[in-house]
Amino acid sequence: MDSSLFFGLSTMAYILAMMLYIAYVAFRKSPIGLMATAVTVSGLVLQTAAIVLRWKEFADLSGLGFFHSAPLTNLYESLIFFVWCLILGYLVVEFKFKNRSFGAFVTPIAGLVLAFIDLAGVSKEIQPLVPALKSNWLLVHVTMSFIAYAAFSISFSTGIMYLIVKTEKRTEPAYIFWTVTFGLFAILLIAMGLDFFSFKVKVRPEIFVHNYLFRSSFLHPSATVKIVSYLTAFLLLICVWRFGGVLKRVIANFNIHADVLDEITYKSIAVGFPIFTLGGLVFGAIWADQAWGRYWSWDPKETWSLITWFIYAFYLHGRMIRGWRGRKVAIVSVIGFMAVMFTYLGVNLLLSGLHAYGSK
Amino acid sequence: MDSEQKKPIADRLWDFLASVKLAIVIFAFIAVTSIIGTVLEQQGDPRENIQILAKLFGESLAPALYSVAEALGFTDMYRSWWFTGLLIIFAVNLVICSIDRLPRIWKIIREPMGPLPKEQLRTLPLSREMTVKAKLDATKDALSSALKKARLHATGLKDADGFSFFAQSGKYSRLGVFMTHFSILVIMIGAVIGVRFGFKAFLNLPEGAISNVAFSGNDRDIPLGFDIRCDNFRVDFWGASDMPKEYRSWLTIIKDGKEVMRKSIAVNEPLTFEGVTFYQSSYGIVPGSLGQGMFIFNVVSKDGSRSTVNLKMGDSVRIPGTSVSATIVDFSPALRFDQHGHPMTYANQMVNPAALMEFSENGANSFRGWVLMRRPETWQLRDGSRVEFLDYWGVEFTGLQVRKDPGVWIVYVGCIAMSIGLIIAFFMSHRRLWIKLVEEKNATRVIVGGIANKNRAAFERKIDGLLSALRKQIEGGK
Repeated sequence: MDSSLFFGLSTMAYILAMMLYIAYVAFRKSPIGLMATAVTVSGLVLQTAAIVLRWKEFADLSGLGFFHSAPLTNLYESLIFFVWCLILGYLVVEFKFKNRSFGAFVTPIAGLVLAFIDLAGVSKEIQPLVPALKSNWLLVHVTMSFIAYAAFSISFSTGIMYLIVKTEKRTEPAYIFWTVTFGLFAILLIAMGLDFFSFKVKVRPEIFVHNYLFRSSFLHPSATVKIVSYLTAFLLLICVWRFGGVLKRVIANFNIHADVLDEITYKSIAVGFPIFTLGGLVFGAIWADQAWGRYWSWDPKETWSLITWFIYAFYLHGRMIRGWRGRKVAIVSVIGFMAVMFTYLGVNLLLSGLHAYGSK
Repeated sequence: MDSEQKKPIADRLWDFLASVKLAIVIFAFIAVTSIIGTVLEQQGDPRENIQILAKLFGESLAPALYSVAEALGFTDMYRSWWFTGLLIIFAVNLVICSIDRLPRIWKIIREPMGPLPKEQLRTLPLSREMTVKAKLDATKDALSSALKKARLHATGLKDADGFSFFAQSGKYSRLGVFMTHFSILVIMIGAVIGVRFGFKAFLNLPEGAISNVAFSGNDRDIPLGFDIRCDNFRVDFWGASDMPKEYRSWLTIIKDGKEVMRKSIAVNEPLTFEGVTFYQSSYGIVPGSLGQGMFIFNVVSKDGSRSTVNLKMGDSVRIPGTSVSATIVDFSPALRFDQHGHPMTYANQMVNPAALMEFSENGANSFRGWVLMRRPETWQLRDGSRVEFLDYWGVEFTGLQVRKDPGVWIVYVGCIAMSIGLIIAFFMSHRRLWIKLVEEKNATRVIVGGIANKNRAAFERKIDGLLSALRKQIEGGK
């Protein structure tokens, strides 16, 4: 039994669940919803088994013992763990609020991440641990950071849904903000889907490219395809902007009160923020102090975590003291999640720093 | 508006410094400028930064943008005067807004609770009303036991038109936010103390060398107050690869001529002596020393008797029990054989140390062979004896990060306080509950009002649970 088999199965389950949730929201047939939940739960079970197996494989290989062998040491493993936290968090929300429609907004994040792993050529190998990662802090620091990231992802999804429900006119800034964010998100998903189909389904061994990301659209070798891709993306944005009202009606059909969305957004941030502060910033600082003799060195990863922290602090102060509700803070929650994604992936892929070992 | 104008300037300044608006502006400023700081390499090579700018804004603009960025301190921004200034304003804002709000919050905490008239209960954020078919006294007793079951310590009072209960919980949770704000200040104070009274330095210490100073970035010597010696340094690799699994230095601290401490350190396992901490950070070969080191061999004869010898380049050793002597004629820190079978050195680090040895019997029958430290199979000689290559000592240096930070404990205390403060601020709430019982004909009217400063929904559920328990108790008892 091999962990990669289980990872593959869980990936398929999540992608199927994503399609089922979207179908459920579109057609409102409760059997589809039930199936979506069942598929998600089985995906989670398979993925949990995969993580446990990989943990064991890693412990056997490294001989470092259980606590030093948590499979959280490179980008692939962290992405997998992020998806695991996200799905678990989502299932908790689905169960607590007895509403399946959020699934159509949360599972695409998981799908995006899983597609990213394959398309960006993220190495799935179990890699030897660099000495800096051999620490008891690895497990707590990384686990808590990702629980927080997952909570922030949920707040992002409900934040976007809130904006969809609450905006009326196409000219108001909040409407433009959500259509652009949502449109970009959809474009990313579609572009990755295209890559997936053109490079993974049709195996073309004559093209040996390590990184497939956007090679079938924005980074296609042919200039025509490139221009067409950008044009299509732009048209898609316009479409989302023009027909955003449809999405609003779809969500309205589910009788989710906007206040519930606002509350879930707030609650996920209220849970994520202290966990992020403690696990991400404080434990990270203690670990850095032990490993490098500096608890804070303004390297890009640290700085971006701080930026993320400030954005969510901004959200909380705006909401709690200024009494902001609704649109204003929903926008902040969406921006906060973009900062989370940049802290997590952008820094590793685009900026350098002490956390560079997370890049491959 | 008028009253704003008439306020003395000091008051207006105070209000400005205490405002959340200022906090939000400062958050935004710190965040946005920090983004620029992560894009530009800090204290980096100007050419690299111009390249980054060229990628973002085009070749023609890059040099001009770079001079602007440099003039504004963006190339070393976290230490620039204006970024420090932003942090100071942030701290001042935290202090003043806390001082400004604390008396009000303290008043709420200290305010004794008393009964409220029923008209007022109906205007509270949480309000419920119901009628139960029971006398006032029976209702009162049932409610009192229901309150106890719900772990609400309520005070009951008789009043003009019936009976009043009131209870509160978690009033001190209102201080969580102050604890969080205060902890940020504590962390900042700890950081300032660290910068003011501590130092950050490095020390590259070759095996066998002693130092009583460390070096800071601008080549300033920092006296340690004691001597530190590197006794040994060693790298372990993952399997047969050149990926380091662990690197470790064996250090000795010498104070006033006496050895006072011996400890081996590795990444994540530092050594602290008199407030100075040594962190394993890097390693390398001391330039020009490659031929000067000491080979440490275990020479094992056919019959198993072994002896440890220390040799220099060119030295010989006799294999016990034979007339064979071995001479070290060459060394490579990273030996590999190319496709033609010629030996070559492939790295500047000691990743595969190898000694070329010449074996000869009474000056005749000589042959040469490579003995590799990481390959025990190369230790075996033809006649059954063995030359075990244990170490090549005195060539590598251990790179130590040296730090003294008397403020780090204050930072940690601040971190703990912040964690506790956040947990209090987000997961505990101040709840107040009033219940008024009014006697009606063969029945009692129950009027409930509540306030929760956070998580109102949970309090609402608790109140509803309490009321249904009350109804059940009264109607079930009938």
